[in-house]
Order: sequence, then structure tokens, then C-alpha cells
Amino acid sequence: MEKTLTIRDLSVSFQATGGTVRAVRGVDLDLYQGETLAIVGESGSGKSVTVKAIMGIVSSNQTIDSGSICYRFQQDGEWTETELLNLSRNEMRQKINGTHIAMVFQDPMTSLDPTMSIGMQLMEGMMHHLHYSKAQARERALELLNMVGITDAEKRMKNYPHQLSGGMRQRVVIAIALSCRPDILICDEPTTALDVTIQAKILELIQEIQKKTGISVIYITHDLGVVAKVADYVAVMYAGRIVEKGTVEDIFYDPRHPYTWGLLSSMPDISTDAPDRLYTIPGSPPNMVDLPAGDPFAPRNPFALEADFKAEPPTFQISPTHYAATWLLDDRAPQVEMPESLRSRIQAMTEGGGVCV
Amino acid sequence: MSEHLLEVRDLKQYFRVSKKYTVKAVDGVSFHIDAGETYGLVGESGSGKSTIGRSIIRLYTPTSGTVTFEGVEISGALGAKETKHLRTRMQMIFQDPMACLNPRKKVGDIIAQGLDIHHLYRDREERQEKVYRIMEKMGLDREHAGRYPHQFSGGQRQRIGIARALVMEPKLVIADEPISALDVSIQAQVVNLMKDLQGELGAAYLFIAHDLSMVKYISDRIGVLHLGHLVETGTTRDIFERPIHPYTKSLLSAIPHADPRVEKQRVAIGYDYKTSGIDYTLGTYHSLSETHTVLCTDEEFAKWTRV
Repeated sequence: MEKTLTIRDLSVSFQATGGTVRAVRGVDLDLYQGETLAIVGESGSGKSVTVKAIMGIVSSNQTIDSGSICYRFQQDGEWTETELLNLSRNEMRQKINGTHIAMVFQDPMTSLDPTMSIGMQLMEGMMHHLHYSKAQARERALELLNMVGITDAEKRMKNYPHQLSGGMRQRVVIAIALSCRPDILICDEPTTALDVTIQAKILELIQEIQKKTGISVIYITHDLGVVAKVADYVAVMYAGRIVEKGTVEDIFYDPRHPYTWGLLSSMPDISTDAPDRLYTIPGSPPNMVDLPAGDPFAPRNPFALEADFKAEPPTFQISPTHYAATWLLDDRAPQVEMPESLRSRIQAMTEGGGVCV
Repeated sequence: MSEHLLEVRDLKQYFRVSKKYTVKAVDGVSFHIDAGETYGLVGESGSGKSTIGRSIIRLYTPTSGTVTFEGVEISGALGAKETKHLRTRMQMIFQDPMACLNPRKKVGDIIAQGLDIHHLYRDREERQEKVYRIMEKMGLDREHAGRYPHQFSGGQRQRIGIARALVMEPKLVIADEPISALDVSIQAQVVNLMKDLQGELGAAYLFIAHDLSMVKYISDRIGVLHLGHLVETGTTRDIFERPIHPYTKSLLSAIPHADPRVEKQRVAIGYDYKTSGIDYTLGTYHSLSETHTVLCTDEEFAKWTRV
């Protein structure tokens, strides 16, 4: 499989009133063609900042301290490479955004223009980027609306965003994102603002489109159920770092980082009888202005070693696809097992294999 | 009089948008809540679940139907006595912890506002004592009483919202999506806390949510709401193990599982009211067991229960 996006050692910081917030600290990520990557983490873990850096969305108090984002794409049958961080804002907007990398935002109400019909909003990008004539753009817009499952596309073109329901609006946003045939689609919590039933539909829609067009998708989410459904590869972020990454099977069936254990354990399990208490990760996310010395997760980590409070752990490789940043994987560390309840749950999953409610 | 803590009978809440158009947000809903239990109300947005909560606590005036709370009818015109009863014994927790706290008041005063209005203390010390006690129960520091809401994180603010409701020692708390706006790791903390405090204070909860997995965890009984109709109600076990109504089934099938091998192959069951041929207004309540009821016509009942 061809690698389309390579992020190395990306660090981003913000100047805030309280001091410098180091939102992303040395992120390494790869995205392969046709693959789905999910970035999981709590709010403030730096997942949105990472993908916004890919899109070249930089706020005025933000600086990119180090790193590279290398984007490879096929042009006229040949592979070309571009370093996205070297491009100016204008170059990003003209060459990359929309036509190569497109983004779907969380809230479909705020990402659509309320004063413009959805047909016009769909056609705008195509006329600008691909220099389509109005008739051509219109034809393709209808095609796109059909693809995202909007019935009566002809009539819907004249509608304004407020005339559509939340799920419909998100479908329109997806259609707009796909209009200029991007190679990479970034979805920033695309279903958080939607109901569960609509969420399932939208996720299935994106999967279907991916199958048809072969684009790569990056999901940002904090819902592990969504990750299980869509992702091929998962990166778990905490306090600006990737604490664990691996294939979806690595993360769900063989998690190694205590934070991943906590995330998996705190998901209510609907297939068994409810326990008396839900597992919780104690404490709350750290203040990113002055991060404590050592591993930022250490104060919330019931399995923390002494070393965790002194130095931040490096990333250890577990298998060719699976990495985790925890001192527990160091040779000198004592043998620590994941919590018993999680172990039995994983065992039930791997043995049960394919039983649905 | 009924022995239930809260009895809602045939509640209707209509909103007149224009002369010709009326939104029937809640259209004939009946259910009850017993003392100390948790009733979960689930449904998609627009199903009327928040409206029910708001009508019960009288943020809206119900169009018709009766709501009886501790033997007092609170759905009609409210006299001074009924108002006092309602406002002190029933409390509400709102969805958005960022929007529901007055930004210009200190947290201690926000929590004590209900006590102030109803003069529920003898002197300043007792007031202070009550505020500190509830804050400690919520896992907040005494010192936090002097701070303003913006100095807290989302999870902490929601704790303040819950403290403000529980300081009144209510018998019924209406929790309108109390965890939807929080991070996953914080959601579990807040739900555990609500469950612990329920044991301590003996309050009943009306827990409104669209996340069925959390509802399953906290509720004793569940009501499934769609388009203003309560389509199915039963114990948590009834709903999860023996769902009858196709809408309930589609809701259950939409919950994502944390198991990639299962999840990758699963396709959620769709449900479209318009094409399903079901007319909620024709249905009557059919009982499957003492606790489990479903809204449907006789033919539908026969069809759905056939194995």
C-alpha cells in the first residue's frame, strides 16, 4: 500500500494568557492510501490541533515548533511529494485544501453558510478549484447528493441549511467535502452532534464512499465504539502525545498503555449485565500550561511507576504495527497486567467472535 | 391518590407555531416513577424527551393531561402552596454545564440560591455548612465556593450543577442529558457520582439521554420515546433483552460495540416511521408483562411478538 501522509515529530504550541500551551508534542503518524486512521483522545489532548496542522488551519497565536508533514499524491500517474508545512497559507488554500485534503467538521449547523442554498454551496468549490462551468458543477452536485443518500436531490439543491435536519446537513457537508475528489478526508468528530441512529447511518455512508472511491480517511473521535466500527489503524493521544498506536485489533485486543486500558474499561458494556459501578479514570486531564515533570498521565495512573514521575517514557515498539509510550514496557519494569475486568472482557470478545445483540 | 412518587397521565404538550401549524411535541404520554428509582427516557432529538422533563417541572404549561407529584397535582394552575412544594421537592440538572451557571455569581452562591429563595436555613453558618457539605460530597473543594464558574473544567461545572440540585434534598431530580457534553472519561465519573448520591439521599431520577449504553447502566426502568409517543416502556432488562417495537430495536442496533470484529460486519437496523406503516395515534398500550408495555395496534402486537 502507498503511504500518502507522513507526519514526523510534529510539535505545535499556543501563546495563551497563562503561558505557552504545548498542545502537540512530537507526534509521528502515517496514513496509507485507502486506509482509515482514527485519532482518539479527550478534549485538549491535541487531536484536533494535529489535523488542523495538516489542513494548514493555523490560528494567530499558534506556532509550529518542529516537525514535518509530508504529503504524497499521484499526479498524471506519477507520485509527487510536498512538504505541507513549507507551503504558505495561500498555496495551501489553492493547491491542497478541498482538492487534495478535505475536512468535515463537527457541527453541521455552523459549517454551512445559512444565507446560501446548499446547491450553490456544493457548486462553489468545484467552479473555483476545478474550473467547472455552472452546468457541469450542477450535474456533479446532483450526483454527489444522490451518493450521500439525499432523496429528491433536484429539489434539495434549492433548500437552505435551516430547512434540513441535522443528519441531512451532515450529509451535505460530506458531499461538499467530496466534491473536488480529495485523496484524504478528515472527519473531526463528524457524528458527535448527531443521534445514535443517525450516527450509524453517517458512518456507514462514509465507509461505503471509501469503498467506492478508495480515499483515505482520518477520524477524530472520543467514542471507542465509533473507532471499532470504522478504523483500520488507531492512535490514542493524551496531553499532546501519542501514547499508543496500532492496528484496531492491537488496540482493542492487546492494549498496553494504562490510559488505553482506562478508556476501554470505562466504556459501558451493553452485551453483559450492568456492573454496580462503571470503571473511571481518576482525576481530570492535566493543565497544558505547566505540565508536570515526567509522564503527564502519571498522576491519574493507578499503575504508575516511580520512573513515570521523573521522566517521560519513550515510545516502545511491541510489534511492527504496535507502539506504546509507557515505562511498563521497559525491561527493568515489573510485570504489570491489565485490570482483571478488562482482561475477561477482551477474552469474551476474542472467543465469542461475531455474536451480536 | 396514587402511591407513586410521580404519575404522568396522558401528558400533551403542543406548541403553536402559527395559526395553521401546531407542533405536537408530546402527544399523550403516561408513565410513573417510584421513590428512589431511576427512570431513563431515551429517544432521538425531536422525540420530545426534554420537553417532557420541562413540562413536569413546569418550565412549560402542559396543554392537557395530569402530572401528580407526591399526591399533589402540579399540571394545572399552581397556587402558592403547590409552587413551593414543586420548587423545593423537585430539581433539575441541565445539559450544558457551560451555559447553565450564572457567570457573574460565585459558585457558593450559585449552589445556595435555592436555599436563599426558600429560606431553608436559620443563620449564615447553617447555609455555609449545607453548601460545604454538598460540595464535599461532589468531590469539590471548600475553597472552590469563592470561585467563579469559568475557573472550572466541564466535569467540575457539571458537578456544581448537580450540587445545586441536590442541596435542596429533592425527592425527584430531572436530569436532562447531564453527561452528553462531557468527555468519555468524565462521563463515567459523573454517572458513578450520581448513582452514589442517589443511594445516600434516596432521590428518584428522571434520566433523559440519547446514549443507551449509559442509560442502561443507571436506570431501573426505561421509556423509549419517538415523535412524542412513548412507544415502549419496561425494566432495563425488558428493553435490552426483549425489545418488541421496531424503533426500540433500531435504537439498540445503533449502539456501537467496543469490539472491532463484531462492529466491522454489523449494519444498524434502519427505521423510518413514514415507510414502516405504523401509525402511533392508532396504537394502544399492550402489556407483555407487569412491567413491560408497548404501543401498537392489535395486529402489530400479534406480528411483533410472534417468534
